[in-house]
Amino acid sequence: MIPFQYVKPSKQKAAIDTVAKDDTAMFIAGGTNLVDLMKRGIMNPEKLVDINKLPLRKIEKEDGHVRIGALALNGAVAEDKLILEKHPLLSQALNAGASAQLRNMATVGGNIMQRTRCNYFYDTNLPCNKREPGSGCGALQGFNRMHAIFGHSDKCIAVNPSDMNVALVALDAVVLVSGPKGDRRIPFAEFHRLPGDTPQIHTNLQKGELITAVDIPEHPYTKHVNYLKVRDRTSYAFALVSVAAALDLDGSNIKSARLAMGGVAHKPWRLQEAEQFLAGKPATEASFRQAAEIAMRGAKAFEHNQFKLKLGPNTIVQALKNAAAAV
Amino acid sequence: MRQQPCNPSHFMKEYFFQDNMGKPMDRVDGRLKVTGGAKYSAEFELPNMSHGVLVGSTITKGRIKSIDTKAAERAPGVLAVLHYQNSPKVPGYVQAAHPTEPKPIGQQHRVFYDEQVYFNDQPIAIVVADTLERARYAARLVKAQYEEEKHATSFPKHQGKAFLPTAAQRNPKHGLNDYVRGKADAYKGENLKIESEYVIPSEMHNPMELQSIIAHWEAPDRLTVYDKTQAVIGSQNAFAREWKIPVENVKVIATFVGGAFGNGLHTWPHETAAIIAAKKVNRPVKLMLTREQMFTMVGYRPFAWQKVGMSATPDGKITAITHEAIGQTSSYEEFTESTLQQTRMMYTSPNVTTRYRILPLDVSTPIWMRGPGEATGAFALESAMDEMAHVLKMDPLEFRLKNHTDRDPERNLPWSTKFLKEAMLMGAEKIGWNKRQLQPGSLRNGDWLVGYGMGVGTFGAHRNRASAKATMFADGRVVIQSATTDIGPGTGTVMVQIAADALGISPDKIIFELGNSLFPPAPSQGGSATVASVGSAVRDACIALKKKLASLTTGNADSGFRNAKYEDLTFQNGQISLTSSPGTKLSYTDVLKQQKLPEIEVTEESRPSNEERQKYSMYSFSVHFAEVQVHQLTGQVKVTKVVTCADAGKIVNKKTAGNQMIGGAVGGIGMALTEGAVIDDRFGRYVTKDFAEYHIPVHADTPDIDVVFVDKPDFINNAMGTKGIGEIAIIGVAPAITNAIFNATGKRINELPVTPDKLI
Repeated sequence: MIPFQYVKPSKQKAAIDTVAKDDTAMFIAGGTNLVDLMKRGIMNPEKLVDINKLPLRKIEKEDGHVRIGALALNGAVAEDKLILEKHPLLSQALNAGASAQLRNMATVGGNIMQRTRCNYFYDTNLPCNKREPGSGCGALQGFNRMHAIFGHSDKCIAVNPSDMNVALVALDAVVLVSGPKGDRRIPFAEFHRLPGDTPQIHTNLQKGELITAVDIPEHPYTKHVNYLKVRDRTSYAFALVSVAAALDLDGSNIKSARLAMGGVAHKPWRLQEAEQFLAGKPATEASFRQAAEIAMRGAKAFEHNQFKLKLGPNTIVQALKNAAAAV
Repeated sequence: MRQQPCNPSHFMKEYFFQDNMGKPMDRVDGRLKVTGGAKYSAEFELPNMSHGVLVGSTITKGRIKSIDTKAAERAPGVLAVLHYQNSPKVPGYVQAAHPTEPKPIGQQHRVFYDEQVYFNDQPIAIVVADTLERARYAARLVKAQYEEEKHATSFPKHQGKAFLPTAAQRNPKHGLNDYVRGKADAYKGENLKIESEYVIPSEMHNPMELQSIIAHWEAPDRLTVYDKTQAVIGSQNAFAREWKIPVENVKVIATFVGGAFGNGLHTWPHETAAIIAAKKVNRPVKLMLTREQMFTMVGYRPFAWQKVGMSATPDGKITAITHEAIGQTSSYEEFTESTLQQTRMMYTSPNVTTRYRILPLDVSTPIWMRGPGEATGAFALESAMDEMAHVLKMDPLEFRLKNHTDRDPERNLPWSTKFLKEAMLMGAEKIGWNKRQLQPGSLRNGDWLVGYGMGVGTFGAHRNRASAKATMFADGRVVIQSATTDIGPGTGTVMVQIAADALGISPDKIIFELGNSLFPPAPSQGGSATVASVGSAVRDACIALKKKLASLTTGNADSGFRNAKYEDLTFQNGQISLTSSPGTKLSYTDVLKQQKLPEIEVTEESRPSNEERQKYSMYSFSVHFAEVQVHQLTGQVKVTKVVTCADAGKIVNKKTAGNQMIGGAVGGIGMALTEGAVIDDRFGRYVTKDFAEYHIPVHADTPDIDVVFVDKPDFINNAMGTKGIGEIAIIGVAPAITNAIFNATGKRINELPVTPDKLI
């Protein structure tokens, strides 16, 4: 860790101006990811702008959506009555992430900004294009068991580690940001990027822009939902593969569906073709299997993550079965 | 979690004067531990303390060409940056010109000794500063240039280079030599047989407490260290040797140890580095490893490959077993363990062959990790037993009972005691073994396949020389001291129980002090031998104290005890009485008061009887049963129940012993399902170096664990009837789980850990 300055402004504008003007400055909220990265020398901000004084913690129902403040804690959101009632998929995804201690520190905005857990990103003595552009991708020919099967490039095969993001992309959430040039709304699916040739650029957030809230529009997926995370231990482990599944059922028929995967790509991976396939089909294992096969089209695995080509569709089927059976 | 004592033994009850032995007494230090009052090595504060941080090599093999420390030396608060060029020399290190002629069996890594790099993250420098933060910052500024050589870190790639350990090559009688009973490899010619290979990756101990030391030179030839160690005397001797100073000039303190599982049984480079640094800066130096460093320089359970061939008659009598193993070691030290011992003595087989080899790689040296060797070997042997039973279409419990042996077939000696059969039957009943189906994949719970498995464990019931000092004060308090440690099993607590019984006083009057090399010597806390060794010394010291009390009493002309012999006396409730006339009594405190003695003191050394050990074979035994559920689509495994049973002699404290059994079962779950360290062979560097990537089981992985104790004393081993429990708690757990997975799914995964990807 290098010496750094720490400021805690009480005005949003002051916070944004500080980060916008200073290339070495970063926002910090819960710090559950950034502090670790700083200790290991992976990220070296010289100034931390603590945003915890900003009034961004509320979870409120507004016209047509629920708005979750960027500083709302993961644990608080997961247990929130409104979220449990309107967006149980999000609650399940949040509870599948990290540990209770971390969820009680980590914020929604911070979770969205969470960096990959790629082994090579995490060791400053190993190559990583994301951490040190041009140094090469250590994982490509290395230990790539946890890595991407969709949307990767020869520069980077890392995955986004968040569970919450998978639910948010499935629910068509919108990220509200505020920056030096004003406010804007970024659809969740467009917030994170694929690695391409610039894996060091993690999101489409511009310098100085601050996430202030997430809007989740109203939807019918309040009952038949399931977030299924398959991992190496039962709690406190990142996903090998995770699936957010939501069904709107009419009896035993599917009116519409939402489906997204985690642990498979550089961003939360929405499966729209599979969703479209499911619309109008009977909610049977056969339909789910077909949807899973559609979902896996274009997947390409590496030496140690071949299993994801089978675990992926299996997990989709099981998550859809669980969602259909949810009462 | 429940603990269930079974059939508490009543025979030989006369050995126990009171009833403290066997009681689930609360830990004497429990309150201190849960309130933060227990002080661990890194928590001590000394005046003028400084802080050391290690810099690790970023290559795996080669030599340091140059080392640039200028920026680090200029950084605020930095007191010294030491490396092989400027480090004070450790006088006890073997001096030799580079390149060193490797000693035949190797030697410990000599920190900052020369420019040679033997493993990745080898400490190449230490930065000492006035605060931890400053030391940490400056450590990042040290830059080394290397001349890299081709390294070997992949076990499978180099497996063919394994060899018989040098110690065995030199001595044909060494236990690590090949062993043949009957005909070698006899299974090969049989019809009903199995042959399988097994792989266990390196596993790290990762106790909660990080390895830490405070090194303080109180004078140029007087060293005090607060050290995380399982062996205060062992460390004392090691540091005295290194610095060529009298042993009594080295003081090692380890009052509390926050878990260790074996990695405190060796002294490591970081300890010497801190001592070197303290010498140089002439201030106490505190050094605590980071969690990442816990993966690279303080030992681990070595990567191991094994192969078992086994044959049996159609009715289930084993005719032959061949068990081969290769364990990983470093390039500079030959680490060996007794991976194959149990295969020689566990079952009746007339033909047994074992072959043990080691494979040196460019990695740091492994060290015993809970159930060392045996836990590795049991995974292969007990999996093979399950495979053989499956071929025979026989229940694996029945198969084991059929091949149970009432004598040690290796040494052809009777067991001191063995109640494994009883343990198996008690455990089987408790898990509901009768629900198990012979045909894998027969039982289901919704989408989950259900299976049952078992595994047996054993470990030598060792006992070593140990000593203890007991002091009784005029107010009735007794303080007992011994230089043992307590890494978590509850040593302090059971010693109080043993002393309370031996002395006939209440446990709350007794204080047991440990973890200090000034106390009478005791062995390291390893090999499940502490209660048998140190407990015997404590008991002997208490008996000596009673004899002293008796002599003070019977020598007193005024007392009613005049001319009474020790044998005529009863010591109970803090009083001496005449056994023949209980009305004639005197409290211990009155004895001291009458004699105007502020205290009486004895020191006793206790040794095992070699004669008994030649006549009997002494082992602890365990058997573990697991119920698992495996998800058909996702390969997730839930261990839904574990019953873990120990035949470990008299259980002194069912609560602390039960804790050990539960901990062992959790360790076994980790071994079977979650734990495994990965090296990227291109770099020779571990890529799983934190708790996010190296998975120790969490509570959610841990089911209801039932502990069953046979609780029958072994008085041949020692007068308390105890045998060790720490190792057998984990030995055999992993195969119980993988055998249950086979029973659930029909899939046999012989490469640990069994993660979901292997089951889909």
